[in-house]
Amino acid sequence: MQKLINWIDERLPIIDAFENHMSKYYAPKNLNIWYFFGSLSFLVLANQLLTGIWLTMSYTPTAEGAFASVEYIMRDVEYGWLLRYLHSTGASAFFVVVYLHMFRGLMYGSYRKPRELLWIFGMTIYLCLMAEAFMGYLLPWGQMSYWGAQVIVNLFGAIPVIGDDLSLWIRGDYLISGITLNRFFALHVVALPIVIIALVVMHILALHHVGSNNPDGIEIKKNKDKNGIPKDGIPFHPYYTVHDLVAVVIFLFVFCGVVFFFPEMGGYFLEKPNFEPANPLKTPDHIAPVWYFTPFYAMLRAVTISMFGLPAKFWGVMVMGAAIAILFVLPWLDRSPVKSIRYKGWISKLALALLAISFVVLGYLGAVPTTAERTMWAQILTFVYFGFFILMPWYSRFDKTKPVPERVTG
Amino acid sequence: MKKLFVAVFFSLLSFAVAASVGNAPAMDHIEPDINDKASLQRGLALYSDYCFGCHSLKYARYERTADDLGIPHDVFMEELVFGDAKIGQLMNISMPSDQAKVWFGNPPPDLTLSARLRGPDWLYNYLRGFYADAKKPYGVNNVIFKDVGMPHVLAGLQGVCAKPPVFGVEKAEAPQAGNAGASACAEYSIEGTLSPREYDEAIYDLVNFLEYIGEPSRAESLDLGRMVLIFLAFLFVFVYFLNKEYWRGIH
Repeated sequence: MQKLINWIDERLPIIDAFENHMSKYYAPKNLNIWYFFGSLSFLVLANQLLTGIWLTMSYTPTAEGAFASVEYIMRDVEYGWLLRYLHSTGASAFFVVVYLHMFRGLMYGSYRKPRELLWIFGMTIYLCLMAEAFMGYLLPWGQMSYWGAQVIVNLFGAIPVIGDDLSLWIRGDYLISGITLNRFFALHVVALPIVIIALVVMHILALHHVGSNNPDGIEIKKNKDKNGIPKDGIPFHPYYTVHDLVAVVIFLFVFCGVVFFFPEMGGYFLEKPNFEPANPLKTPDHIAPVWYFTPFYAMLRAVTISMFGLPAKFWGVMVMGAAIAILFVLPWLDRSPVKSIRYKGWISKLALALLAISFVVLGYLGAVPTTAERTMWAQILTFVYFGFFILMPWYSRFDKTKPVPERVTG
Repeated sequence: MKKLFVAVFFSLLSFAVAASVGNAPAMDHIEPDINDKASLQRGLALYSDYCFGCHSLKYARYERTADDLGIPHDVFMEELVFGDAKIGQLMNISMPSDQAKVWFGNPPPDLTLSARLRGPDWLYNYLRGFYADAKKPYGVNNVIFKDVGMPHVLAGLQGVCAKPPVFGVEKAEAPQAGNAGASACAEYSIEGTLSPREYDEAIYDLVNFLEYIGEPSRAESLDLGRMVLIFLAFLFVFVYFLNKEYWRGIH
């Protein structure tokens, strides 16, 4: 065995790679439960890729055959139902862990220098993930697949001058059709997974270059022993591999609980209208995107006034785009002398709490039909959401901070 | 920090639960039991006699249904399959859908996934929701699906209710196993062959069957899921102590 490893290592630096990324990659010893969601995202990605490959073996990407082929997978393919539920639940689980992973980054200032690029890679993954989920949702070709895609693609039509041609170009047809289904299938199973995997590699390479942040938001590399090993660092392997293993088992317990017992999750992971085949002539009463898009959908609907001769829908699309775009520049908005929320003052803590609340409540508002009162709340919360980012250069600078310790505090 | 994590998790969860409660019309509630094979068999028999003429189950196969419901293939073929269908085939019907559109306004929908689309409560109340309405072409209307194009196919069994039946009111008896307590219908303009209670039970069986056919993998999923969770619980003990052992020296 050792001979084989040596033989390979002389030709490919596998030992070096293992040491750099596992056994001699020093991570802060005070990482808490919030730091599990990175590895868990990786686990869910693997789940999506594997189940996706097997689903592709039995799925038919045509308007005539797609819906029936999903039911064929559910009924006639051995453990097809399990593959499908793992994949559909995995999509929602992906967003659960990614949102928690991002919130961790916000709390401990993991986007701050020198991790700006790491954050941007992460945000790009999130963006691709949204595209991936959106296109994947069309594939079962149910009523909500169809009309959800119709609504979202039509949003591009709100852009002046080029809008209509742009949405026509995306669809490849005058309405969502088998042509759209085919191209979404190609993008969902080939193009976007390749991009996402490449970005994940970059994300991890950038992380291992600058090192993990930690709940204290201090750089462990500033405090090294005589061997050049950070005093507060421990090798990722075996310490964090066994640590993450505990998280993996707990995560799988919850995940499998959903997969085996509540795969529809009360209509939130699998929407009920999607058990009816797509019908271009029959619009459902209430079209709601899947839960992970609803905060942005609520912001879109919150914009009700036309400005500068452009319709409200256009400004809604702009607000929705800006809500995601603003996350990209976050590293340059935070002017606080400290990274972690632990040492920031009450204004920063309040701002972060308001952001989390506004995001969750907007998620609820985006899932239910609008009323005048709900629209008003969506407007207020959209301001709260943007307020967190736009006001950050001021409140982060003037907010009182606590002294940061020299060494991590556990 | 742990508190915050728990709070975020539960707020997400409660948001999902809160949003799933809509303001639907009042309905009688049933608990389907897909392990009650006798009920599923009665439901299948009723479906075969009264529904299968118009409503296909085109995503399901005869053989799987026979096996899951514990019906021998020869009995199944003789009693429940008409024409020259083979047991491995999908449960299609011979009614042409373009003709059906002329007869009913809309072709009768396939019902394989009706329980997943509408939910068992909707089906249970809909099938008990017909009442006499002289203005409609078939002489009946429905409280759950207003102006529905479907005639009251089960009128021979239920009779025809003279006034719109009332659902979702507190009944003296618990509405278990297809017994909605006192009938939702106060007065019949035509009597049926079944008593109100027998009819409710028959409809329960029918809905139970539709619940099964909507997701035939459910029973296997529950069994396998239980074993997977037990395995993970055991595995947790090992990984927990493995982690503890490694981390003993880290402070």
